[in-house]
Amino acid sequence: MTAVLAPALTRRRPPFSLSRWVERESVFSWLMVALPVAFLVALVGYPFFYGIWISLQDRPVAKPGEFVGLANFIRAWHDPVFRQVAVNTIFYTAAATLLKMVGGLGLALVMNQDFRFKNLTRALLLLPFIVPTVLSTIAWQWILDPAFSVVNWVLKAADIADPGPSWLGNPHLAMFSLVIVNTWRGLPFYAITLLAGLQTIPPDLYEAATIDGAGRWGRFRYVTLPLLMPIIFIVTMFSVIFTFADFQLIYVLTRGGPANATHVFATYAFDIAMGAGQFGQGAAIALSMVPPLALIILAMAIYMRPSKS
Amino acid sequence: MTVDRRGWRVRLLTLWLPLAIALFFALFPFYWMAITSLKSNQELYSRKVMPLIVHNPTLKHYVDLLTETSFLEWTWNTFLVAVVSTAISLILGAMLAYPLARMRFAGAALVSFAVAATYLVPQPLLFVPLADLINRLGLGDTLTSVMLTYPTLLIPFCAWLLMGYFRTVPVELEDAARIDGASRLQTLVKIVLPLCGPGFISAGIFAFTLAQNEFLYALIFLTKTEVRTVPVGAIAELVRGDVFYWGQLMAAALLGSIPVAIIYSFFVEHYVAGLTAGSVKG
Repeated sequence: MTAVLAPALTRRRPPFSLSRWVERESVFSWLMVALPVAFLVALVGYPFFYGIWISLQDRPVAKPGEFVGLANFIRAWHDPVFRQVAVNTIFYTAAATLLKMVGGLGLALVMNQDFRFKNLTRALLLLPFIVPTVLSTIAWQWILDPAFSVVNWVLKAADIADPGPSWLGNPHLAMFSLVIVNTWRGLPFYAITLLAGLQTIPPDLYEAATIDGAGRWGRFRYVTLPLLMPIIFIVTMFSVIFTFADFQLIYVLTRGGPANATHVFATYAFDIAMGAGQFGQGAAIALSMVPPLALIILAMAIYMRPSKS
Repeated sequence: MTVDRRGWRVRLLTLWLPLAIALFFALFPFYWMAITSLKSNQELYSRKVMPLIVHNPTLKHYVDLLTETSFLEWTWNTFLVAVVSTAISLILGAMLAYPLARMRFAGAALVSFAVAATYLVPQPLLFVPLADLINRLGLGDTLTSVMLTYPTLLIPFCAWLLMGYFRTVPVELEDAARIDGASRLQTLVKIVLPLCGPGFISAGIFAFTLAQNEFLYALIFLTKTEVRTVPVGAIAELVRGDVFYWGQLMAAALLGSIPVAIIYSFFVEHYVAGLTAGSVKG
């Protein structure tokens, strides 16, 4: 009918219609993603680059900064505490990741059998991972208390040591304790995720391997491990990033002590920025996490990538 | 499987023993939290009393915690912040996920790369610039500061998870709705969203527990008692100088963990789905 009334119009481009414009795939998509993208740019993208800018300034808290180039990074490089922090962080990450990976894989294999109360067991084993870390870490702090540690009470009752060691007071033991508590919290994540991965492996692959003469180890080595590798890779990558940048656990248990023996990048950056009020130096220390982290992830990508197996 | 035929001894060694050790290791700290919170100070700080059980249970630490500290206020703050930031993250996450899962548009690859990159940015990298930003916006010591910053940690995860769920909706359903004259928005709201309920529950539970767990931003942005969350309040106010109020700390830790644990227990299957979705499906 419109064609009859307005023949001239139909021959030209259809008049602009907002509702039709919105229906275009690209327009609709961008209308949807625009808000979340703007949100993330404002609160992640912008702060990231702004952080780089701050790290290039001498900037006491609440004062205007003064551009100093790479001075903060150079000072960090010559700071013996910073070097210790780097070593601590790498050791902490490596030890905790290894324990979580091996323990988590072991637990996943144990859980991948049929038994009663499987779902309940899985739910209980995940508890350390879901409970707020700071709160469970407070419990660990009491378990490892210098005077009233229950571990030491057991050691004493069993006539092994009296008095027991100072779990958080001795530099080596403090690091050891942190690794154990981190493993306690993170192991369930590995176990449950790897268990889900194990359950996706088709049983006939195991049958085929058994027919080909593979024993228990052979089945694990040539069926389970290769098929699980992509999941192990992703889980480990996540875990490495968040262990490397861990803050809560260390802040609660040792605050980086004794004598900086357990300071890591995050706690040291926090001390410098928030404690000493040196925003520029703190930002530089926090940013120093990026290169080693990138290297670790790159190395993992090269050695663990599924395509390699 | 093969294990069954070899009898109970093998089963004990390969199943029950390792499970028992794992369960003991996983649950002992919670047991310790619970019994410590029920002990009197005399019992707590005595080296002579056997510590593994409670001899004279008392609720004194709970009463003190609820009447002498701002614990209830912290609990409310934590809850409010977690709910608001979870809601923001689900909405914004879905707005990212739907186009990325379903549509072709210029810049899609860039957007999905940006989301993945955001996922991998740890908080300690951003706290200095964010602290400065929050100060300049005049948001220091307001719950708004954490309600705005927590979603940056949660959105990428929600988006990633929801993308998987959006992809499972048959395209034919959406096409049929479109042919019947529904707009893209109507199709999303009336056809796709109702089918993705489980995805929203999984993402929501996961985001909620993550929001309850956050500590660094809350520690930096919230310095006044009345705006603190439970973890920050416990660390900052139940430890005075070198004095640890262990009974109250354990009561706070237990009470602070219980809401998360209860919600988790109702939705444990969804939580596990959320936890494993990212790595197993991806």
